Amino acid sequence: MAYTDQSKIRNFCIVAHIDHGKSTLADRIIEKTGLLTSREMQAQVLDNMELERERGITIKAQSVRTVYKAKDGEEYIFNLIDTPGHVDFNYEVSRSLAACDGAILVVDAAQGIEAQTLANVYLALDHDLDVFPVINKIDLPSAEPQRVIDEIEDVIGIEAQDAPLISAKNGLNIEDVLEAIVEKIPAPKGDPNKPLQALIFDSVYDSYKGVIIFRRIMEGTVKKGTTIRMMATGAKEEVVEVGYFGAGQFHPCEELSAGMVGYITASIKNVKDTAVGDTVTDDKNPCAEPLPGYKKVNSMVYCGMYPADGAKYPDLRDALEKLQLNDASLNYEPETSIALGFGFRCGFLGLLHLEIIQERLEREYNLDLVTTAPGVIYKVFKTNGEMIELTNPSNLPDPSEIEHMEEPIVSAEIMVTQEFIGSIMELCQERRGRYLGMDYMENRALIKYELPLNEIIYDFFDALKSRSKGYASFDYDIKGYEESKLVKLDILINREEVDALSFIVHADSAYERGRRMCERLKDEIPRHLFEIPIQAAVGGKIIARETVKAMRKDVLAKCYGGDITRKKKLLEKQKEGKKRMRQVGNVEIPQKAFMSVLKLDERN
Amino acid sequence: MKKECVKELMIYIHIPFCVRKCLYCDFLSAPADDAAKKAYMEALCREIHEKSRDYRDYEVSSIFFGGGTPTAVDPEWIRQIMQLLREDYHIAEDAEITMEMNPGTVSQKDMTVYAAAGINRLSMGLQSACNEELKSLGRIHTYEKFLETYTYVREAGFANVNVDLMSGLPGQTPQKYRESLEKVLGLIPPPEHISAYSLIVEEGTPFYKAYEEDRLMLPTEEEEREMYYLTKQVLEQHGYDRYEISNYAKPGKECKHNTGYWYRRNYVGFGIGAASLVDNVRFTNGRDLETYINNPCEMMEDKEILSTEDRMSETMFLGLRMVSGVSEKAWMEEYGRSLQDVFGDVLQKHMENGLLEQWSENGEGFIRLTDKGLDVSNYVMADFLEPKI
Repeated sequence: MAYTDQSKIRNFCIVAHIDHGKSTLADRIIEKTGLLTSREMQAQVLDNMELERERGITIKAQSVRTVYKAKDGEEYIFNLIDTPGHVDFNYEVSRSLAACDGAILVVDAAQGIEAQTLANVYLALDHDLDVFPVINKIDLPSAEPQRVIDEIEDVIGIEAQDAPLISAKNGLNIEDVLEAIVEKIPAPKGDPNKPLQALIFDSVYDSYKGVIIFRRIMEGTVKKGTTIRMMATGAKEEVVEVGYFGAGQFHPCEELSAGMVGYITASIKNVKDTAVGDTVTDDKNPCAEPLPGYKKVNSMVYCGMYPADGAKYPDLRDALEKLQLNDASLNYEPETSIALGFGFRCGFLGLLHLEIIQERLEREYNLDLVTTAPGVIYKVFKTNGEMIELTNPSNLPDPSEIEHMEEPIVSAEIMVTQEFIGSIMELCQERRGRYLGMDYMENRALIKYELPLNEIIYDFFDALKSRSKGYASFDYDIKGYEESKLVKLDILINREEVDALSFIVHADSAYERGRRMCERLKDEIPRHLFEIPIQAAVGGKIIARETVKAMRKDVLAKCYGGDITRKKKLLEKQKEGKKRMRQVGNVEIPQKAFMSVLKLDERN
Repeated sequence: MKKECVKELMIYIHIPFCVRKCLYCDFLSAPADDAAKKAYMEALCREIHEKSRDYRDYEVSSIFFGGGTPTAVDPEWIRQIMQLLREDYHIAEDAEITMEMNPGTVSQKDMTVYAAAGINRLSMGLQSACNEELKSLGRIHTYEKFLETYTYVREAGFANVNVDLMSGLPGQTPQKYRESLEKVLGLIPPPEHISAYSLIVEEGTPFYKAYEEDRLMLPTEEEEREMYYLTKQVLEQHGYDRYEISNYAKPGKECKHNTGYWYRRNYVGFGIGAASLVDNVRFTNGRDLETYINNPCEMMEDKEILSTEDRMSETMFLGLRMVSGVSEKAWMEEYGRSLQDVFGDVLQKHMENGLLEQWSENGEGFIRLTDKGLDVSNYVMADFLEPKI
């Protein structure tokens, strides 16, 4: 091995608020270190899922190894470990950080510090990483590098006066960043002769290689043939290949030793066995203790997913199975709905995760889905002393059997410019927030609230953006469970309860939400030959009602000059529309009605 | 031309010109200058002549000049086309020969030319007897102008006349609609046939835009329905029978051409955008004027050879437009199996919900839409698109 000298290795990540230029800087670093030519690069190398590129979010952490010839004449190995950029993936972020020795903090020269910047920097500092700042987008007319530098020093308290001033987009001053990586990020430590201790920070399923584990070697050495053991899951396998990822492909190598970042394949079939955060050790010569910080990732948000075409149920099952190979945080189990037939109750890390899975199912697996309103896990304490974790509102026991219920609460931090403080606080109050306090910095404020998770999984982020003209940023942590006055809101269509439309809501918002759902459904459900009442009910008591009037006329226009084809097309369209409907009792409900109630605009 | 004819054929001739496009119109029609009209009519003559060899075994039972406004071209063209048709096709003695016309586009002398050319039925686009309503539709005529034209029509000897009326117009009330109906019924002599349509706001028309912008003051649903029921009530009192969803006629004056479409008789369309159904093949001429003028005989588009399933579903969704409905005997003769056999489920469903019914005349059974079914015919027809065979 040419590069085993630990002093020439730099393991680092880039942290930033969304859109501050993390991925662009990563691309430039890879480009300037020369393993890839500009031509080979498809705009953003790290974000290799199409969806990631479109959304500008990094979903899965990965690592890239490049070689940099520094001004001191030495060659350094850079292991750039990418981190996901969204609060849903906080745990994955923390594990990626644990695999690094330092971090580059990218801050937008015009926007300054945002809520996510802070959250990620604190996370990095918590992991004892050396953090150095980089001011990006200095080419923007609105750039104020000095203000941002001062802000970083004031708010975060790290030295920023000599921060490289760059434009990642235009490739300006990237060399300064590369030199800073060599100078400011410490070399890894660890003894190659100790028992193997490696941290899994990501794993992906590949249909040829099986599960590919990305991990950082803390102590010891691993090579082909070593029998490895995952200390938390207990899975054991013989190593088939070790190597590193660079220039868009996998490069096998002899061995990986302490301080190095790379991958292992070991014919493992399921990513569930290679949980992020777990410690890999040598089965024959295990390390004394696993690395700290491992936790089992729990789904926070649940919803029902049903194939629009009932016959596609097996396809949906297969697709979920495949996605799960690559995404240990996705849970699912079969469920049946009277309205929607056979489907799955799926668990996600958060709403973004849910949306990503939904889009991947629709795009990559070509499935047409009907999803039910997302909900959180409620704890239902029954009078008989039993406790149920409720993920599907339909399974709520009879109110007489319920002693009390608890819901998850998050502590949230919202950063916003001063002019919007009022409207953001108003929003948080509406969402049953509990005000904790506020920190001021320059012309901005960091507002702290405790909020019920079920109030922020619907459309909180959208509301936040619209009420702050896009300036507010938001981050949260799960705090725990609290008792709450919760009720199940049922929707009755033509006097029949539609299970897929039921959901749990705070008693005080039941009326408002029920009323809005009825209004929305009234617009979505086509007229039938008879009048259809749409009602919202809590515990059998009707709290809102709308009516879809009976259809009185549905006649084709004059058919001119024997042009039958056009008329036939109209009828076919009508027929197709009917096929996309779900029959509940004798009412046909369009699939999109089930989804339209997911996003009820709070202000209308 | 003498020949043993075995098959029936109807001819549709499309004249895509008008004086001004009406605000609700989504037909293939536009104003044009004389040169364009001349070029088009010449091309039309070429098409009619050259395609005649395909129809030597057919006897023509009906000819229909539609548009646009056929009266927007010089009557001489209509005379020439009629002459050409007589030379090249076998036209039945009792053929119905209809021409659409718009009030205010013809003179007294023109009417005598049309009569001499052989036109024996006229369809007049009155739409409303209320001048305000006519204006709001973007029509070029007034009711007074219509009366003048109607006099010319009768003086020229036309004894089979249709008048088009529309209900559900912007600003129209049931009372004003009743006045329109009564004015038309008070004509001397009253028209033999009345087409009464509800306004349908079609995409791509100025009306649609106004509708989207909420500027089109359409009657409420209740008023619109009231007008619709009024049509039937008033016209039946005056001796008209409703024989098709939107068409009413004095006994024996039903429009053969219109009825032919619903009974799936053979028809060939000449001119741009004209549709044809010949021996269970549907095809349409392209819609581009210039292409047509250059090469009128090679415009065939969207050729569709109808499968048994297609024919079955057409028989139903077209046949049900006729108030008498679909003959079970005719069905059996055409498909060799019973209607029940193919559409049993759908028939049962809609008989149970009161939209279809069975009835018989002289021992022959029919399936027809009930009054309630006629109101929501699409809802029923869409269920006949997938025959079970």
